[in-house]
Amino acid sequence: MTLAALLVLAAGTFAFRLVGPLLRDRVTLPGHVESLLGDAATVLLVALVVTSALTQGQAFAGWARPAGVLVAAVLVLRRAPFPVVVIAAAATTAVLRLLGVP
Amino acid sequence: MFGLTNAGPVFTVVVMRSTWRTLDRGTATDIGLVVVADVVVGLSFGAIATSGGLPLWQPVLMSLIVFAGGAQFAAVGAVLAGGSATAGMVAGLVLNARLLPFGFAVADVLGDRWPTRLVGAHVTTDESVAFALREDDHGRRRAVFWTCGLALFVAWNLAVLAGAALGGALRDTDVLGLDAAFPAVLLALVLPSLTRRTRRAALLGAGLAIAATPVLPPGLPVLVALAGLVLVRREPA
Repeated sequence: MTLAALLVLAAGTFAFRLVGPLLRDRVTLPGHVESLLGDAATVLLVALVVTSALTQGQAFAGWARPAGVLVAAVLVLRRAPFPVVVIAAAATTAVLRLLGVP
Repeated sequence: MFGLTNAGPVFTVVVMRSTWRTLDRGTATDIGLVVVADVVVGLSFGAIATSGGLPLWQPVLMSLIVFAGGAQFAAVGAVLAGGSATAGMVAGLVLNARLLPFGFAVADVLGDRWPTRLVGAHVTTDESVAFALREDDHGRRRAVFWTCGLALFVAWNLAVLAGAALGGALRDTDVLGLDAAFPAVLLALVLPSLTRRTRRAALLGAGLAIAATPVLPPGLPVLVALAGLVLVRREPA
Protein backbone atom coordinates (compact mmCIF):
# COMPACT_ATOMS: atom_id res chain seq x y z
CA MET A 1 0.00 0.00 0.00
CA THR A 2 1.49 3.36 -0.92
CA LEU A 3 1.03 6.36 1.36
CA ALA A 4 -0.80 8.21 -1.45
CA ALA A 5 -3.37 5.42 -1.90
CA LEU A 6 -3.86 5.30 1.87
CA LEU A 7 -4.46 9.05 2.08
CA VAL A 8 -6.94 9.00 -0.83
CA LEU A 9 -8.84 6.15 0.84
CA ALA A 10 -8.94 8.09 4.12
CA ALA A 11 -10.03 11.36 2.46
CA GLY A 12 -12.73 9.65 0.38
CA THR A 13 -14.04 7.77 3.40
CA PHE A 14 -14.21 10.94 5.47
CA ALA A 15 -16.04 12.72 2.63
CA PHE A 16 -18.66 9.94 2.49
CA ARG A 17 -19.19 10.40 6.22
CA LEU A 18 -19.38 14.19 6.19
CA VAL A 19 -21.76 14.76 3.25
CA GLY A 20 -24.86 13.79 5.25
CA PRO A 21 -24.25 16.07 8.25
CA LEU A 22 -23.46 18.99 5.91
CA LEU A 23 -26.36 18.62 3.49
CA ARG A 24 -29.16 17.20 5.60
CA ASP A 25 -31.25 20.38 5.46
CA ARG A 26 -31.07 20.70 1.68
CA VAL A 27 -30.94 17.15 0.29
CA THR A 28 -32.61 13.82 1.00
CA LEU A 29 -31.05 10.65 -0.36
CA PRO A 30 -33.41 8.58 -2.59
CA GLY A 31 -34.21 5.15 -1.16
CA HIS A 32 -32.93 3.22 -4.17
CA VAL A 33 -29.51 4.91 -3.96
CA GLU A 34 -29.33 3.95 -0.30
CA SER A 35 -30.13 0.28 -0.95
CA LEU A 36 -27.79 0.16 -3.96
CA LEU A 37 -24.85 1.36 -1.84
CA GLY A 38 -25.62 -1.26 0.80
CA ASP A 39 -25.91 -4.05 -1.77
CA ALA A 40 -22.65 -3.03 -3.43
CA ALA A 41 -20.85 -3.44 -0.11
CA THR A 42 -22.32 -6.91 0.41
CA VAL A 43 -21.47 -8.08 -3.12
CA LEU A 44 -17.91 -6.83 -2.78
CA LEU A 45 -17.41 -8.54 0.58
CA VAL A 46 -18.69 -11.89 -0.67
CA ALA A 47 -16.38 -11.67 -3.70
CA LEU A 48 -13.49 -10.90 -1.32
CA VAL A 49 -14.31 -13.97 0.76
CA VAL A 50 -14.45 -16.27 -2.26
CA THR A 51 -11.39 -14.94 -4.09
CA SER A 52 -9.23 -14.79 -0.97
CA ALA A 53 -10.32 -18.32 -0.02
CA LEU A 54 -9.64 -19.90 -3.42
CA THR A 55 -6.91 -17.91 -5.13
CA GLN A 56 -3.37 -16.75 -4.50
CA GLY A 57 -2.12 -14.27 -7.07
CA GLN A 58 -3.60 -15.55 -10.32
CA ALA A 59 -3.65 -19.24 -9.38
CA PHE A 60 -5.51 -21.72 -7.15
CA ALA A 61 -4.50 -21.37 -3.50
CA GLY A 62 -4.52 -25.13 -2.75
CA TRP A 63 -7.04 -27.14 -0.72
CA ALA A 64 -6.02 -26.36 2.85
CA ARG A 65 -7.16 -22.74 2.83
CA PRO A 66 -10.65 -23.20 1.31
CA ALA A 67 -11.20 -26.15 3.68
CA GLY A 68 -10.54 -23.86 6.64
CA VAL A 69 -12.93 -21.24 5.25
CA LEU A 70 -15.58 -23.93 4.72
CA VAL A 71 -15.32 -24.88 8.40
CA ALA A 72 -15.77 -21.19 9.22
CA ALA A 73 -18.90 -21.03 7.05
CA VAL A 74 -20.48 -23.99 8.85
CA LEU A 75 -19.68 -22.44 12.23
CA VAL A 76 -21.12 -19.06 11.23
CA LEU A 77 -24.35 -20.73 10.10
CA ARG A 78 -24.49 -22.53 13.44
CA ARG A 79 -24.08 -19.16 15.16
CA ALA A 80 -20.76 -19.95 16.78
CA PRO A 81 -19.02 -17.06 18.57
CA PHE A 82 -16.79 -14.91 16.38
CA PRO A 83 -13.39 -15.85 17.89
CA VAL A 84 -14.26 -19.56 17.59
CA VAL A 85 -14.99 -19.12 13.88
CA VAL A 86 -11.69 -17.42 13.14
CA ILE A 87 -9.54 -19.74 15.24
CA ALA A 88 -11.23 -22.87 13.82
CA ALA A 89 -10.58 -21.69 10.26
CA ALA A 90 -6.89 -21.06 10.89
CA ALA A 91 -6.49 -24.30 12.89
CA THR A 92 -8.14 -26.43 10.19
CA THR A 93 -5.86 -25.00 7.51
CA ALA A 94 -2.78 -25.35 9.71
CA VAL A 95 -3.52 -29.02 10.56
CA LEU A 96 -4.20 -29.90 6.91
CA ARG A 97 -0.84 -28.37 5.92
CA LEU A 98 0.85 -30.29 8.71
CA LEU A 99 -0.61 -33.46 7.14
CA GLY A 100 0.85 -32.50 3.79
CA VAL A 101 -2.20 -31.03 2.06
CA PRO A 102 -1.03 -28.08 -0.09
CA MET B 1 -17.62 -0.71 10.60
CA PHE B 2 -17.07 -3.89 8.67
CA GLY B 3 -19.27 -3.42 5.71
CA LEU B 4 -22.54 -4.22 7.31
CA THR B 5 -24.90 -3.37 10.05
CA ASN B 6 -24.40 -6.56 11.89
CA ALA B 7 -24.14 -6.01 15.58
CA GLY B 8 -25.05 -9.24 17.27
CA PRO B 9 -22.08 -11.14 18.58
CA VAL B 10 -23.11 -13.37 21.43
CA PHE B 11 -20.20 -14.42 23.54
CA THR B 12 -18.59 -13.27 26.79
CA VAL B 13 -20.92 -11.15 28.78
CA VAL B 14 -19.16 -7.93 29.50
CA VAL B 15 -20.85 -5.27 31.54
CA MET B 16 -19.59 -1.86 30.59
CA ARG B 17 -19.97 0.35 33.64
CA SER B 18 -21.30 3.65 32.49
CA THR B 19 -21.93 6.65 34.64
CA TRP B 20 -23.75 8.27 31.75
CA ARG B 21 -27.27 8.50 33.13
CA THR B 22 -28.96 8.50 29.73
CA LEU B 23 -27.59 5.07 28.86
CA ASP B 24 -29.53 2.20 30.33
CA ARG B 25 -27.75 -0.91 31.49
CA GLY B 26 -28.91 -3.10 28.59
CA THR B 27 -27.65 -0.69 25.95
CA ALA B 28 -24.33 -0.25 27.74
CA THR B 29 -23.93 -4.04 27.83
CA ASP B 30 -24.69 -4.31 24.12
CA ILE B 31 -22.13 -1.65 23.29
CA GLY B 32 -19.59 -3.48 25.46
CA LEU B 33 -20.18 -6.72 23.54
CA VAL B 34 -19.67 -5.00 20.22
CA VAL B 35 -16.46 -3.40 21.47
CA VAL B 36 -15.13 -6.83 22.53
CA ALA B 37 -15.98 -8.30 19.10
CA ASP B 38 -14.24 -5.42 17.36
CA VAL B 39 -11.14 -5.85 19.50
CA VAL B 40 -10.88 -9.42 18.21
CA VAL B 41 -11.28 -8.25 14.62
CA GLY B 42 -8.76 -5.44 15.17
CA LEU B 43 -6.19 -7.88 16.57
CA SER B 44 -6.67 -10.13 13.52
CA PHE B 45 -6.43 -7.19 11.14
CA GLY B 46 -3.15 -5.94 12.62
CA ALA B 47 -1.65 -9.43 12.77
CA ILE B 48 -2.65 -10.32 9.21
CA ALA B 49 -1.26 -7.05 7.83
CA THR B 50 2.19 -7.22 9.41
CA SER B 51 2.61 -10.99 9.17
CA GLY B 52 1.84 -10.59 5.46
CA GLY B 53 4.81 -8.26 5.15
CA LEU B 54 3.41 -4.74 5.56
CA PRO B 55 5.37 -2.36 7.82
CA LEU B 56 3.80 -1.70 11.23
CA TRP B 57 2.89 1.93 10.51
CA GLN B 58 0.58 1.03 7.62
CA PRO B 59 -2.19 -0.86 9.46
CA VAL B 60 -1.81 1.49 12.44
CA LEU B 61 -2.09 4.73 10.42
CA MET B 62 -4.86 3.24 8.29
CA SER B 63 -6.90 2.39 11.37
CA LEU B 64 -6.57 5.93 12.68
CA ILE B 65 -7.45 7.82 9.51
CA VAL B 66 -9.73 5.38 7.63
CA PHE B 67 -11.37 3.75 10.69
CA ALA B 68 -13.56 1.33 8.74
CA GLY B 69 -12.79 -2.36 9.31
CA GLY B 70 -14.27 -3.83 6.13
CA ALA B 71 -12.52 -1.34 3.89
CA GLN B 72 -9.25 -1.83 5.76
CA PHE B 73 -9.43 -5.59 5.27
CA ALA B 74 -10.33 -5.11 1.61
CA ALA B 75 -7.46 -2.72 0.94
CA VAL B 76 -4.85 -4.78 2.80
CA GLY B 77 -6.21 -8.03 1.33
CA ALA B 78 -5.84 -6.70 -2.21
CA VAL B 79 -2.26 -5.63 -1.56
CA LEU B 80 -1.27 -8.87 0.20
CA ALA B 81 -2.71 -10.87 -2.71
CA GLY B 82 -0.17 -9.12 -4.89
CA GLY B 83 -2.49 -6.44 -6.24
CA SER B 84 -1.79 -2.76 -6.72
CA ALA B 85 -2.36 -0.15 -4.02
CA THR B 86 -4.87 1.53 -6.34
CA ALA B 87 -7.01 -1.60 -6.57
CA GLY B 88 -7.02 -1.85 -2.78
CA MET B 89 -7.98 1.81 -2.49
CA VAL B 90 -10.87 1.49 -4.96
CA ALA B 91 -12.24 -1.60 -3.19
CA GLY B 92 -12.07 0.28 0.11
CA LEU B 93 -13.87 3.31 -1.31
CA VAL B 94 -16.68 1.21 -2.82
CA LEU B 95 -17.18 -0.46 0.56
CA ASN B 96 -17.25 2.87 2.37
CA ALA B 97 -19.75 4.46 -0.02
CA ARG B 98 -22.43 2.92 2.20
CA LEU B 99 -21.41 5.40 4.90
CA LEU B 100 -23.03 8.14 2.81
CA PRO B 101 -26.63 7.29 3.78
CA PHE B 102 -25.45 6.66 7.37
CA GLY B 103 -24.26 10.27 7.53
CA PHE B 104 -27.75 11.48 6.66
CA ALA B 105 -29.27 9.12 9.22
CA VAL B 106 -27.29 10.49 12.18
CA ALA B 107 -26.83 14.09 11.03
CA ASP B 108 -29.15 15.43 13.75
CA VAL B 109 -27.03 13.80 16.44
CA LEU B 110 -23.86 15.57 15.34
CA GLY B 111 -25.27 19.06 15.87
CA ASP B 112 -24.36 22.27 14.08
CA ARG B 113 -20.96 23.04 15.55
CA TRP B 114 -17.95 22.24 13.38
CA PRO B 115 -15.78 20.43 15.96
CA THR B 116 -18.51 17.94 16.87
CA ARG B 117 -19.53 17.54 13.24
CA LEU B 118 -16.00 16.64 12.16
CA VAL B 119 -15.29 14.28 15.04
CA GLY B 120 -18.78 12.77 14.88
CA ALA B 121 -18.47 12.15 11.15
CA HIS B 122 -15.21 10.26 11.70
CA VAL B 123 -16.73 7.93 14.32
CA THR B 124 -19.76 7.17 12.13
CA THR B 125 -19.66 3.39 11.71
CA ASP B 126 -22.17 0.61 11.10
CA GLU B 127 -22.27 -0.02 14.84
CA SER B 128 -22.63 3.55 16.11
CA VAL B 129 -25.36 4.25 13.54
CA ALA B 130 -27.20 1.02 14.34
CA PHE B 131 -27.20 1.86 18.05
CA ALA B 132 -28.32 5.45 17.44
CA LEU B 133 -31.21 4.37 15.22
CA ARG B 134 -32.55 2.09 17.95
CA GLU B 135 -33.35 5.11 20.13
CA ASP B 136 -36.32 7.44 19.67
CA ASP B 137 -35.41 10.12 22.17
CA HIS B 138 -32.93 12.71 20.84
CA GLY B 139 -30.85 12.90 24.02
CA ARG B 140 -30.50 9.13 24.19
CA ARG B 141 -29.66 8.92 20.51
CA ARG B 142 -26.84 11.35 21.04
CA ALA B 143 -25.52 9.60 24.14
CA VAL B 144 -25.59 6.18 22.47
CA PHE B 145 -23.99 7.38 19.24
CA TRP B 146 -21.10 9.13 20.95
CA THR B 147 -20.46 6.42 23.54
CA CYS B 148 -20.37 3.69 20.92
CA GLY B 149 -18.43 5.72 18.35
CA LEU B 150 -15.70 6.93 20.70
CA ALA B 151 -15.36 3.61 22.56
CA LEU B 152 -14.94 1.78 19.27
CA PHE B 153 -12.38 4.27 18.01
CA VAL B 154 -10.17 3.82 21.06
CA ALA B 155 -10.62 0.03 21.24
CA TRP B 156 -10.15 -0.55 17.53
CA ASN B 157 -6.92 1.42 17.28
CA LEU B 158 -5.35 -0.14 20.38
CA ALA B 159 -6.32 -3.62 19.14
CA VAL B 160 -4.82 -3.04 15.69
CA LEU B 161 -1.60 -1.73 17.24
CA ALA B 162 -1.32 -4.81 19.47
CA GLY B 163 -2.16 -7.19 16.61
CA ALA B 164 0.34 -5.52 14.28
CA ALA B 165 3.08 -5.76 16.90
CA LEU B 166 2.37 -9.49 17.42
CA GLY B 167 2.02 -10.23 13.69
CA GLY B 168 5.41 -8.74 12.92
CA ALA B 169 7.02 -11.36 15.16
CA LEU B 170 5.52 -14.26 13.21
CA ARG B 171 7.78 -15.82 10.61
CA ASP B 172 5.83 -18.36 8.59
CA THR B 173 2.14 -17.52 8.75
CA ASP B 174 1.09 -20.29 6.34
CA VAL B 175 2.03 -22.88 8.97
CA LEU B 176 -0.45 -21.23 11.36
CA GLY B 177 -3.19 -21.04 8.73
CA LEU B 178 -3.52 -17.28 9.13
CA ASP B 179 -4.27 -16.93 5.42
CA ALA B 180 -7.58 -18.71 6.13
CA ALA B 181 -8.36 -16.31 8.98
CA PHE B 182 -8.83 -13.35 6.64
CA PRO B 183 -11.67 -14.82 4.53
CA ALA B 184 -13.14 -16.34 7.71
CA VAL B 185 -13.36 -12.92 9.37
CA LEU B 186 -15.10 -11.42 6.35
CA LEU B 187 -17.42 -14.40 6.06
CA ALA B 188 -18.55 -14.09 9.66
CA LEU B 189 -19.34 -10.45 9.03
CA VAL B 190 -21.13 -10.75 5.70
CA LEU B 191 -23.08 -14.01 5.97
CA PRO B 192 -25.80 -12.85 8.38
CA SER B 193 -26.57 -9.84 6.18
CA LEU B 194 -27.25 -11.75 2.96
CA THR B 195 -30.85 -11.41 1.84
CA ARG B 196 -32.50 -13.30 -1.03
CA ARG B 197 -31.92 -10.36 -3.34
CA THR B 198 -28.27 -9.73 -2.45
CA ARG B 199 -27.50 -13.46 -2.34
CA ARG B 200 -28.04 -13.88 -6.09
CA ALA B 201 -26.05 -10.79 -6.97
CA ALA B 202 -23.28 -11.80 -4.57
CA LEU B 203 -22.96 -15.37 -5.89
CA LEU B 204 -22.97 -14.18 -9.49
CA GLY B 205 -20.41 -11.50 -8.65
CA ALA B 206 -18.16 -13.98 -6.82
CA GLY B 207 -18.33 -16.34 -9.84
CA LEU B 208 -17.33 -13.52 -12.17
CA ALA B 209 -14.46 -12.55 -9.87
CA ILE B 210 -13.11 -16.12 -9.84
CA ALA B 211 -13.45 -16.39 -13.63
CA ALA B 212 -11.55 -13.12 -14.03
CA THR B 213 -8.72 -14.09 -11.65
CA PRO B 214 -6.44 -15.86 -14.19
CA VAL B 215 -6.69 -12.99 -16.68
CA LEU B 216 -6.74 -9.81 -14.59
CA PRO B 217 -4.01 -8.43 -12.31
CA PRO B 218 -4.54 -9.30 -8.60
CA GLY B 219 -6.91 -6.94 -6.79
CA LEU B 220 -9.10 -6.19 -9.81
CA PRO B 221 -11.22 -9.41 -9.98
CA VAL B 222 -13.00 -8.41 -6.77
CA LEU B 223 -14.18 -5.20 -8.43
CA VAL B 224 -15.53 -7.23 -11.38
CA ALA B 225 -17.99 -8.72 -8.89
CA LEU B 226 -19.92 -5.46 -8.89
CA ALA B 227 -21.12 -6.42 -12.38
CA GLY B 228 -23.18 -9.09 -10.62
CA LEU B 229 -25.10 -6.31 -8.92
CA VAL B 230 -25.87 -4.62 -12.24
CA LEU B 231 -26.92 -7.85 -13.98
CA VAL B 232 -29.28 -8.96 -11.21
CA ARG B 233 -30.78 -5.48 -10.80
CA ARG B 234 -31.81 -5.32 -14.44
CA GLU B 235 -34.16 -8.24 -14.01
CA PRO B 236 -37.69 -7.47 -12.86
CA ALA B 237 -38.05 -8.09 -9.15
